[in-house]
Amino acid sequence: KIELDRLLIKGGRIVNDDQSFHADIYMEDGLIKQIGDNLIVPGGVKTIEANGKMVIPGGIDIHTHFQMPYRGTTTVDDFAQGSKAALAGGTTMIVDHVIPEPGTSLMEAYDQWRQWADEKACCDYSLHVDITHWNDSVKQEVDSLIKDKGVNSFQVYMAYKDYYQLSNSQLYEIFTFLAEKGGIVQVHAENGEIIAEEQARMLQMGITGPEGHVLSRPEELEAEAVFRAVTIASQTNCPLYVTRVMSKSAADIISQARKKGNVVFGEPITASLGTDGTHYWSKNWAKAAAFVTSPPLSPDPTTPDYLNTLLASGDLSVTGSAHCTFSVAQKAIGKDDFTQIPEGVNGVEERMALIWDKAVTTGKMDENMFVAITSTNAAKILNLYPRKGRIAVGSDADLIIWDTDSVRTITAKTHNSAAEYNIFEGMELRGAPLVVICQGKIVLEDGKLQVTSGAGRFIPCSPFPDFAYKRVKARKQLAVLRAVPRGMYDGPVSEFSMSRGGTPSASARTSPTKQPVRNLHQSGFSLTGPPTPDEVPIRPAGRRIVVPPGGRSNITSLS
Amino acid sequence: MSDCRRQWNREDELPVYFAGPITTGPNQRKSFGMFSSVEGAFESKTIDFDNYAVGRKGNRTPRSGSRERLLDTGDPMGKTTGGTRQGSDSESNAARDADESRAGVEVQVLFEKTNPNGQDERLLIRGGRVVNDDRSFFGDVYIEDGLIKQVGENLVVPGGVKVIEANGRMVIPGGIDVNTCLMKTYLGTQPVDDFLQGTKAALAGGTTMIIDHVTPEPGESLLEAFERWQEAADKRACCDYSLHVDIPLWNQTVKDELEVLVQDKGINSFQVYMAYKDVYQMTDSQLYEAFSFLKQLGAVVLVHAENGDLIFEEQRKILGMGITGPEGHPLSRPEEVEAEAVFRAITLGNRVNCPVYITKVMSKSAADTIAQARRKGSVVFGEPITAGLATDGSHYWSKNWAKAAAYVTSPPLSPDPTTPEHLHTLLASGDLQVVGSSHCAYSTSQKAIGKDDFTLIPEGTNGVEERMGFVWDKAVAMGKMDENQFVAVTSTNAAKIFNLYPRKGRIAVDSDADIVIWDPDIVKTITAKQQQSAAEYNIFEGLECRGGPALVLSQGRVVYEGGKLQIQQGTGRFIPRKPFPDYAFQRIKFRNQVSSKQGVTRGVYDGPVHDVTPTPKYITPSPSAKTSPTSHQPPPVRNLHLSNFSLSGAQIDDNIPRRSGHRIVAPPGGRSNITSLG
Repeated sequence: KIELDRLLIKGGRIVNDDQSFHADIYMEDGLIKQIGDNLIVPGGVKTIEANGKMVIPGGIDIHTHFQMPYRGTTTVDDFAQGSKAALAGGTTMIVDHVIPEPGTSLMEAYDQWRQWADEKACCDYSLHVDITHWNDSVKQEVDSLIKDKGVNSFQVYMAYKDYYQLSNSQLYEIFTFLAEKGGIVQVHAENGEIIAEEQARMLQMGITGPEGHVLSRPEELEAEAVFRAVTIASQTNCPLYVTRVMSKSAADIISQARKKGNVVFGEPITASLGTDGTHYWSKNWAKAAAFVTSPPLSPDPTTPDYLNTLLASGDLSVTGSAHCTFSVAQKAIGKDDFTQIPEGVNGVEERMALIWDKAVTTGKMDENMFVAITSTNAAKILNLYPRKGRIAVGSDADLIIWDTDSVRTITAKTHNSAAEYNIFEGMELRGAPLVVICQGKIVLEDGKLQVTSGAGRFIPCSPFPDFAYKRVKARKQLAVLRAVPRGMYDGPVSEFSMSRGGTPSASARTSPTKQPVRNLHQSGFSLTGPPTPDEVPIRPAGRRIVVPPGGRSNITSLS
Repeated sequence: MSDCRRQWNREDELPVYFAGPITTGPNQRKSFGMFSSVEGAFESKTIDFDNYAVGRKGNRTPRSGSRERLLDTGDPMGKTTGGTRQGSDSESNAARDADESRAGVEVQVLFEKTNPNGQDERLLIRGGRVVNDDRSFFGDVYIEDGLIKQVGENLVVPGGVKVIEANGRMVIPGGIDVNTCLMKTYLGTQPVDDFLQGTKAALAGGTTMIIDHVTPEPGESLLEAFERWQEAADKRACCDYSLHVDIPLWNQTVKDELEVLVQDKGINSFQVYMAYKDVYQMTDSQLYEAFSFLKQLGAVVLVHAENGDLIFEEQRKILGMGITGPEGHPLSRPEEVEAEAVFRAITLGNRVNCPVYITKVMSKSAADTIAQARRKGSVVFGEPITAGLATDGSHYWSKNWAKAAAYVTSPPLSPDPTTPEHLHTLLASGDLQVVGSSHCAYSTSQKAIGKDDFTLIPEGTNGVEERMGFVWDKAVAMGKMDENQFVAVTSTNAAKIFNLYPRKGRIAVDSDADIVIWDPDIVKTITAKQQQSAAEYNIFEGLECRGGPALVLSQGRVVYEGGKLQIQQGTGRFIPRKPFPDYAFQRIKFRNQVSSKQGVTRGVYDGPVHDVTPTPKYITPSPSAKTSPTSHQPPPVRNLHLSNFSLSGAQIDDNIPRRSGHRIVAPPGGRSNITSLG
């Protein structure tokens, strides 16, 4: 009897992110046990003949929204449906976003998501938690999520004004906090305030269809927010991860920042790598609405090509799908107002094949880089490497045999998602998984998908992933600021009145931490004499103090 | 730097702006270095005019003679040593006497010096090379009643006219300093340079017009502040002036006042702040509204671009580390915070389709951001200031507190010593357009308000007097920029952006007679002892600057000659400016026509609609809520940990009755064609 838990792949070419080589792989109990030629394996092992085809680590989709609640309904792909689609496309691990309602507990939302996923997921999964509001209790929850719950990445929003959006100061605090705790900050980078204004303007102009979505969220707003996020991250010395890079200008900002030495990762998604935003102007409302996601797909048709190039050059690091599917009826919530259209596109199933088709077969990218951006880099950022993202002894037996010759046409009729519409409808893609092995079990073979709902395990991620934090730690040691040692200034001091208006630079006056400094000031001020009336400056403008009483001290001399 | 200049003298290869006409033939010239390609341009320009002058005008011979004399005696190094200043520092005018004895060698004595107080209504500048931003030519300039009446050769002028011999030197439009703060109150103290002192300094540096910033106190009416400023300036200013108005907060009253200022008061530029959290800072939404509103009025938006939120956090951090001295100022305002805000301001400007003017471009990254945006077609202008063009931020680490504090300005000077050169390059290439000074001089005792806390140091540096000189010294004398571009960045562009052109910023018939005779050979060492400003400290102390005004005319009167000022306080006029300057708004108007966005005409969607529970994904922005003045008042005490979100209460769509959520799969009447998925 063939043991399903014992598998041997013979005659494959193993492709990792660093090298490719021919070897056999022996797996037992969901782990890779041996790699090499002429392996000694027990009898009764199921053997798969790879026939020289590529054997690559299973894909990791670092960005999904399965079973996401939205205004009382949920996305049509739950964890079972979504992870099934993932496996069909060669992705053996997904990372889903926990989105707590603003004002509610992060921990409760996390538990809720865990419950949903444990029940249904067919492949291993991990979770990001979105920070939708910020206060002390959220801070503590974030801390315990990192310490006890295996979450190392948190998303913050620069968009969705008055809902998810956080202010610059809050972002600064979150970045500082997560840099301390070893978390990865993910940002949804769009300028929510300008979007709100633009949306109002569009609606006022009578534009209510899906084209208003892209018109009110032009790509420069994305680029602006990315620029701002990079600046804040660089100030707080915190690694930054930009989710959903949808436009050329945003991608350019990221690659510029990387050239300047910032620790920043960019994640384009299947949709931005495969299609563009011209469809928003489709006469078919349902089709146009199916493309609605944020940031929107860029109407510039050269964008997918450009993003694939930056992936190949390493300027963008990982790929996700942001798979978040709604039925046409759900999308139609916004039929009279594009701002109400639920946002999300499909892509978890098409991700691997699409990148293979657009980047590898066009000669932009080699197979090792393909592995890096579909799997290995994600594992490194999540601190799961080398358990995931690599074919090596001791790693999880998540791997796929990749068929470079297969050609498929994407259509909603045959896809595994429950959505009625596929945004890649009609696209012909070369490259597909031939065999998918997840947790050491064959889930796809001979075109047949056999998945077990609830088989997926939660994979905890630990903080301080080396991939992001090694540089940050080294910089922390270098960046120690020192004051200039000077004597006390004992020259004349102008009288001034604090009550009058505001001091432009002393914006920190309301801060409690600065209070001691100011109290010193105020006491010194009251000793020198009675406060000056506001309207009369004590010294007429233009009078110079040539000889201060008591003579000049060395630190006030002007030479 | 100075080595390379001396070489020019030795080899008799003076660029045209040093020597006026060059008499050597083209074949005698060697091509050397980076000038070889440009040389042809200079030749044709110069030789053409020379021939022109000699061939047509016999009476020009004395002039060319004196020109040669000038060339012979033109040893700038000798002059500096000869005219070293004797340290008489009690009165600034006394110090000028020393200068006069030196400069008198060059400037021809006036023929009729009857009325020193500036009553001479008619003036003729003879034998100068008129340099505008587009071309240079030899010509005479005849001035009457404060206006230029004739420009050209062989002018027919009435008798008894006072004649100024320019001796072939450059005659350029007087400088316009677009950024001064001569009355900016700080915690109840005024800058030591008021309108009199400041405009005196401006005239001594060749600047004949300033545009000052009206900075209303928070809560003060814009109109009142404007009138306060205008009154003070009318009494004290001794050169023409105009005013920018800063917008300290955004509400309906402010909007009404802006309208009055634009339509009745002659103001067409307003400054908004992205920094100074809880005081002047505006949110992005407010900026969007302000930009939209000012665009409608046809006003130019000036932006103080720094991310105030981040600065606030950094200041707290730095103070928490025990850094209280002036070095904390640049540490808490790193240049990327400036670049970020510039980027955001440009993005806003693009969205609103309105011109954006960035005041005080202090760092390379901010300047680069502007240059990139211009490549992409944004209508954006950048204004570096004297301080950023001539010195750098390394002085913040000086052991001398008073010295370090003197450099405090916002955005801070960049600690990168290559910054000034980079900014000059961008000025020369046209990526930055105008030069201001942001002159705001505080005495050391005023600066000492912040002796224990750098965030309290009043911000501002000097620069109105040194502005023209340093641009000449660092850009023109270094070969980065030609004399026409020099005129453009110091005067013409400013006049164009702020709709003063061609009344100001050009030497042409009917323009104001604000004229400078520029001497590229004057070399002076900047020192607080000899400056016009009342500040005790000059941040350019000890720097050598080549090039300066030999004679300055303001409103047709000689106000500065040979190092001596003859000014009358209160002669400065307020120059009103009309909205919609072409230079900024022409492109905007066309873009408005082009970019009218069209919706897609579709049939009405009549397919199934999923019902939603009354929890909106996000609240639809309602413009009415945003214009309410109360919602934009910064809270008196900010609680950073306070979430601004409240879900518990009523939602905006509570009034809409709803059924519980369920999906309609087949609507009555069947699906329409627009929902089909084919």
